[in-house]
This record gives sequence, C-alpha cells and structure tokens, in this order.
Amino acid sequence: MRYVLHRILATLPVMAVVAVFVFSLLHLSPGDPAAIIAGEFASPAEIARVRVSLGLDQPLHTQFLVWVTRLAQGDFGTSIFSDIPVTRMILQRVEPTLSLTFLSMLITISVAVPLGAIAAWKANSIIDRLVMALAVFGFSFPVFVIGYLLMFPFAIWTDLLPVQGYVSLFEDPARWLRHLVLPSISVSLVFIALIARMTRASMLEVLSQDYVRTAHAKGLPDSKVLFKHALQNASVPIVTAIGIGVALVIGGVVVTETVFAIPGLGRLTVDSILRRDYPVIQAIVLVFSFAYVLINLLIDLSYKLLDPRIRY
Amino acid sequence: MTISSAGMQDAGPVAVETAEPVLRVRDLQTHFFTRDAVVRAVDGVSYEVARGETLGVVGESGCGKSISALSILRLIPSPPGRIVGGEIRFHDQNLLELPMSEMRALRGNRISMIFQDPMTSLNPVMTVGAQLGEALQLHQGLSRAEAEDQAAEMLKMVRISEPERRLREYPHQLSGGMRQRVMIAMALCCKPEVLIADEPTTALDVTVQAQILELINDLREKLGTAVVMITHDLGVVAETAQRVVVMYAGRKVEEALVEDLFDNALHPYTRGLMAAIPSHAPESGDGGRLAEIPGIVPSLGAAMTGCSFAPRCAHATEVCHNEYPPLEEARSRHTVACWHWREFAGDKARP
Amino acid sequence: MLLTREKDGALASRTVRDGRTGQFRAAAIRLARRNPVAASGVLLLTLVVLLAVFAPLAGTVDPDAISPIHRLRSPSLEHWFGTDSVGRDLYSRIVYGTRVSLLIGFSVAVLSTGIGFLIGLLAGFNRLADALLMRIMDGLMAVPPILLAIALMALSGASVGNVIMAITIAEVPRVTRLVRSVVLTLRDQPFVEAAHAAGTRGWRILFIHILPNTVAPLIVQATYVCASAMIIEAILSFLGAGAPPTVPSWGNIIAEGRTLFLVAPYIVIVPSLFLSVTVLAVNLLGDGMRDALDPRLANRM
Repeated sequence: MRYVLHRILATLPVMAVVAVFVFSLLHLSPGDPAAIIAGEFASPAEIARVRVSLGLDQPLHTQFLVWVTRLAQGDFGTSIFSDIPVTRMILQRVEPTLSLTFLSMLITISVAVPLGAIAAWKANSIIDRLVMALAVFGFSFPVFVIGYLLMFPFAIWTDLLPVQGYVSLFEDPARWLRHLVLPSISVSLVFIALIARMTRASMLEVLSQDYVRTAHAKGLPDSKVLFKHALQNASVPIVTAIGIGVALVIGGVVVTETVFAIPGLGRLTVDSILRRDYPVIQAIVLVFSFAYVLINLLIDLSYKLLDPRIRY
Repeated sequence: MTISSAGMQDAGPVAVETAEPVLRVRDLQTHFFTRDAVVRAVDGVSYEVARGETLGVVGESGCGKSISALSILRLIPSPPGRIVGGEIRFHDQNLLELPMSEMRALRGNRISMIFQDPMTSLNPVMTVGAQLGEALQLHQGLSRAEAEDQAAEMLKMVRISEPERRLREYPHQLSGGMRQRVMIAMALCCKPEVLIADEPTTALDVTVQAQILELINDLREKLGTAVVMITHDLGVVAETAQRVVVMYAGRKVEEALVEDLFDNALHPYTRGLMAAIPSHAPESGDGGRLAEIPGIVPSLGAAMTGCSFAPRCAHATEVCHNEYPPLEEARSRHTVACWHWREFAGDKARP
Repeated sequence: MLLTREKDGALASRTVRDGRTGQFRAAAIRLARRNPVAASGVLLLTLVVLLAVFAPLAGTVDPDAISPIHRLRSPSLEHWFGTDSVGRDLYSRIVYGTRVSLLIGFSVAVLSTGIGFLIGLLAGFNRLADALLMRIMDGLMAVPPILLAIALMALSGASVGNVIMAITIAEVPRVTRLVRSVVLTLRDQPFVEAAHAAGTRGWRILFIHILPNTVAPLIVQATYVCASAMIIEAILSFLGAGAPPTVPSWGNIIAEGRTLFLVAPYIVIVPSLFLSVTVLAVNLLGDGMRDALDPRLANRM
C-alpha cells in the first residue's frame, strides 16, 4: 500500500514539468498573449480589457498559480476561436478518441504478443524471419501512408467499409465498429511492430531458462509451456513496452483522425494548432500527458501481480 | 571422506544379479551441429538400469553424461543437437521411435528427471502447489482440488514441514534444500519407473547434500524406482549407487559394481579420478599433494583416432594412439575400454 | 578496453583504437555476408543519398516551376510522376524532397545524439544533476512526441530550422536515458574500480573507459532517431505544422495531395513510398549495426 502511494507521488513532479511547459506555451510564443487571445482585429482597448479580465497583467507566478487552481477545478478556459468552454469541447470529442485508442490497443496486444511468442519459439525459422521483417516494415511506414493504403482496397474500390467518418457506440454499435476498423488497424501497425519485437526478445530469454526445460520434462504440451510457463515470466518487459508505446498510439491517433475524418481530440489538436487556439492546445496536451502518465502508473503497479519476486 | 568399500554407506538392498533392466540405452549417439564443427557429445554409449537399483554415471564436465540423460527424455535442444544413432529401450519400446505425443505421455509420468539447480529449474512465478499439481492433472486426470491434496501428500513424503503452507508459496521463498525436495516431489508424484537425477546435489550446501541423497535412496526403496544418478562426484556415487558407469569424452570407459570399481579400478582415467580424491591420511607418503590427471578434457569437436584418453595417459603406447580400445569384460560385471587393463589388474585378472 | 602490463609491471589501460576499427570493418564484411537484409538496407540508403546529392543531374527540372496549364497530369513520359495542383513536376519535387528529408533526418540524429550524450553523461556522473535533469526529461517524455513537436512548432513558426529544433527536443530525452543508463552501468564495473584504484583521475576515466563504451549503443540509437525524425517531419507537414509549403519535403507533398486524394492518388502514394523505403533502409542499417556491434543491445533497446 505504501508503495502505491509512493508511486502516485512520484508522478507529481512529472506532471509539474508538463504543466510548466504547457503554461509557458502561451507566453513563449512571439507576440503579446492578450493580443493573440483577443484576436487579429481587436482594438487596443479590447486587448487591454482582455488582458485585465484574464489576469495577464499579473506577474507570471501568480498567473501560473491561478491557472493551476482553475485546472484543478476542471476549468480549462475558453477557446479563443469558438468561445466555447474548452472542457466542454474536450468532453464532446473524447468518445471517438477513446474508442479508437481502446480498439487499437486491443488489436495490438492480441496480435503482437502471440506473434512475438511464436517467433521466439521458432527462432531463426521462416516464421521468425517473417515476423521480424513485418516488424521492420511496420516501423517504416508512417501512419497516414498505411491509412491511405488501406482505404483503397477496402473502402474506395470496394464498399466493404466506410471511407471516413464516425458513428457513436451508443447510437449504432455495428456501424461504430465498421467505421473504426481501418483507422484502428492503421494505428496498430506501428505498435504491433514494437510489441512483437519486444515480446520476441523477452521470450527468447525466457525460453532458454531451466524451468522451461523442466516444464517440458513434465510432459507438458508445447502450447502450455509457451503460454502458461514462459509468457508470464516474459511479461514484465512486454508490459513496460506497452506503456511506453502508448505515446506512439497517441501520435498515431492524432494523425489517423485527420486521415479518416474522425471528430476526436486528435482532430481538435490539429485544428487548434493551425488556429493558434492556445487554451485548447494547452488542455489537450495536458489531457494526453496525464493519460500517458496514468497508464504507465497502472503498469508500474501491475508488476507485482505479474512477478511475485518483485519486492517494493 | 575416505573411499573404500569398507567405509561405504549401504546403498540399499537390491537384487543385483537377476533384475530385468527397465531402461536400456544402446549405442546412443547425440551430436551437436554447429557452424564450425560437429560436436559428438555422446558417441556410442550403452548402459542399463533395473528396477529398484541406482546406476551412477560419473565423469568430468563435458564428458556427455548429462547429454546422455537428456537424450533419454528427448529433451535435446533441436536446432543444434540431434540424436543420430542408437536406441533407448524402455521396457520393449524404443523411445527414439515414439511420436512426440507418446513421448510426452511418458515424461513426468513413467520416466522423470530432476535437474541440477533447483532455483532456476522451478518456475519463479508459479506457486509450488500449482507446479506440483500440473503433472498430476495432466497425467492422472485429477481435478485441481484433488491434485492439490496429492501435492500436499507428496510434500510430506519428501519431508517438507507445513506442506499446506508451502503449496501457496513461491520458489524464491524456499531454501535450496527445500526447492530440491519440491523438484523430487514433482518428479515422483506420478510414481515413475525411472528417475534420472542430473547432479541433484551439486548446487546445494554440503550438509543438505547428504539429506537429499538419503531422501532419494529411501524413495527408491519405497517406490522401487530405477535411478540414474549423474554426477561428477565419486562420493555421491559411493553413497547411492550399486553399479557405476564411467564416461570420458562422450564414451563409456568403464563399468562395474560400485565396490569393485572402488577397490579395483582398471581404466587409467578411473584410477586417476580415485587418486585425485583428497584424503586425510596421505597413503602415498607424498606430503599430501593432490594427484592430478595432467592435461585437459579434449574438445569433442575434434576428430579422434585412438583412445580419447591417450594424450593424458601415463601408460599410453603406440596402439593406444592409433586404435580405440573396445569394451572388454575384465571380470564378472566389470567392463573396461583400455588396451592395457591387464597390467592394472595385477593378479586378480581373469585368466 | 585492455588492461595491459607495462614494461615495469604496472597495470595500465589503453584504448586499442585501431583494433576497434579494424574489428568493426571485419565485422561489417562478415555481417554483409551473413545478413543480406541489413546489407541491402545500406545499399538502399546509399542510393537515396546519391539521389539527394546529385538531384540536379537526375533528370529533374526546377521543382518550384509553376505551370497551371499542366496541373494534375497523371504520370506520363514527360512528367514521370505527374504534376501537382499548380503544375509542378512531381518527380523533380520528390527528388529534391530527398534532400530535405535526409537533411532533417541527419540533423536531428546528430543534434539529439550530441545533446543527449552530454546531458546523459552529466546525469550519470553527478547525482544532483541526475535528479534535476531526469525529472525534466521524464516530463518531456510524458508528452507524446508528436504533440510536443506540434506544440513547439506552434510556438516558433514554420521553417526547416524550427522543424529540426522541435523534433530534436522531442528526441533528446530518449537518448539521454540511454546514455545515462550506460554510464550508470559502467560506473559500477570492476574495471572502472580497478582504474580508480590505480590512481586514474576522473577525467581520464571518463574519456578512456566510459566514453568508448557509449559509442556503440549511441550510434545505433542515432539511426533509429534519424528514421523517427523523418517520419515525424512527414507527419508534421501532413498536419500543416511542418516546414513552409514551398519547401518540397515529402510530408508537404503528401499534405498537398490530401484533398486531391480521390482524384490524383499518385500525389500521396509516390512520396509515401519514397519515404517508407528510405526509413526502411535506415531501420535496416540500424538493426544491422546493432547486430554487428553487440547482439545484446537488442534487449536494451
């Protein structure tokens, strides 16, 4: 229990750094923050008004504290572009992004881990080389290339799947799935390459251990040896790689939402960048970073479950 | 410890003369095919073991004794290694011709193996109970609860205290001796007919070694298991085996009843091993210096003509370097592969 | 590293430099024979580099020449890869784009490796610096690299230099971690202790013992950074947050082709293929080097 607390506390400095970085985005960019927020056509009087009302005339550290306090209360400010509270904008768009992320991770884990395990088991065979080749290819194709490449045969030439767009899960699960198939596969490919490699490396090391030999000596079939005995021992590095790879997934989601016109947080990011809508940019970076930190925290805490030897 | 037949502990009653062998290894050849050379780890070895007896297989590291044992259960890692010749008869079946599914049915069930290092040989993320119960569930079709009860019984049989508690523990929570007991329990839980013990005490403290050996002896008597005891330690052989096979460079160089071997070793290598045992009473009057066998074990990849021990043998002659000596029966149940064994036999040789 | 006995019997250490490069060359030749895949990666990469260097001689025209009459032509004998929405010859743009992408890839690799090396070294040696620097690195790593690069670009405006800077900042934390972990592992090694006990001072230990051992994993990581940088640049341009639109980077060309995807798919497909092949080549090179230098690195990376 004490360890759990300790790990949670350890994430605070990290979030603090992110917060400082995000906060300074507005103040580091060229130009007067108040002018940027007030808009291109604002008069000097309006700019001054904006400056006061947003507290931009206060010293920096005060601004920072005010900003953090508002964050803690869930107030991410208001979009410069559309005047809607940022919190509301985010909530509106969180479902598609979550769906895409969740599906991608599901696909990745269920494909990459068995692939990597089998590649390790049949090390240096044709299957192994094939899996490794696929992994290298997976790393080399940018996400949007894969997205477009998939679009052609599955959506444009045939009518198997919709080309773009998104349907909510709560509205129509079947169509929700159909709209997400191609995007999730695009996002997963890079992640699968990474996790398959990591699984293979970790399993190779485990498979050379004595207890695997003992398992064989007991007469267990190969599948049991591989997935019951070996895999759990190999899991710590694999799970760690999954945690780190979440950053890749988030990047992939941002791009894929653009390619497939999915109205999620990724799309919002891109649009806000182009419009220099700072409050939104800040909020999204914070949300994604927080998600990343949270997932890695959970993974950290899961180590004990996976390997009882680990002592805190 | 001083080695002589008088000081040996009784390794247990057994009908030595007439027992029908349960396991017969005949002319086994296991080779490893690496990029640079073919390593002939086991190059024509034969031995057999009968019900209720312990056969000791003795030799230095690298002589092929462990590989011969792994070959019996066909656990040789197959990309580099392969069993290229011979047969292994278990009752009347040749194990080398069995399909893998039948081989797996035998493993852990009618032929079991225990390994040298119990810490690395037990799965660190599974509880003791789970690992023990696995073979029972697999081979005897027990349910999980039944397997757990049986597992507790097995732990009692190997003299582990508080068996119910141990079932829920992980290997790293046990001491070295306890872990080896768990391995023994795992190997014997289906009451196998053959137990192969590959250096079971090498990784343990000296005090624990004796306990483990005694445990194996007792269980052998109780269950009538045939035991193949692989070791580099002549002391272990003295304590547990009725018959001994000495291996060198992938071949058998001598085989005898254990008292006979210790009293009248005939092969220069065996004699060298005996002489190298440190003793408190320096019989040779040499000032207590350890006798050693000069030279090193030959690389098993190099092609060999002649006796593989010839380069290190003080008594080697021309024929020794040119032709490999065949196994001859020097006395009753005592075979040796040496051109000059008669010179060592003194007047006890057969006419 | 060798500990040798000098003439007077004292122990001294010497970096056998020639031995190392000689070893490297021999290993490379051996590897080419043993691992044709990695060798083909090197070959591919060489071709790409040659294309970039000799772009004007490769049958190209001015990549910026606008010619609205010839807009959106499909690939033909006159325009090998067709033309884009304002009539520029796509082939020429893509070939010149090779220069941009390679420039960005290499620059980021070199810069991030250099900076990461210095920071990682410092963190590995000084406990206080370690605590401070690694917190900052962790924070930077918590932001997904794409977002980080995007945010930095939003701050600084579109230019090739800014793209290089943004991606470098996104890649530095990973290199730092690597260097730091190597330094920490090495510091505890017996041979470092031995050198210390023999009276070698801190500086010498650093340069003669620790530094050479960081070179191998660093070089391998540099190749991965290069590949990653090229992809990130493409994504940045694709999203509109990359180099200015006049610069013929592959990402920009693809971005321009986005809206015309159904009409003129080749605008997206061809540069994508070029990009993928180049990144693939770099990845293969990295894998090959890793296998040649130390197969154990595979687990650490």
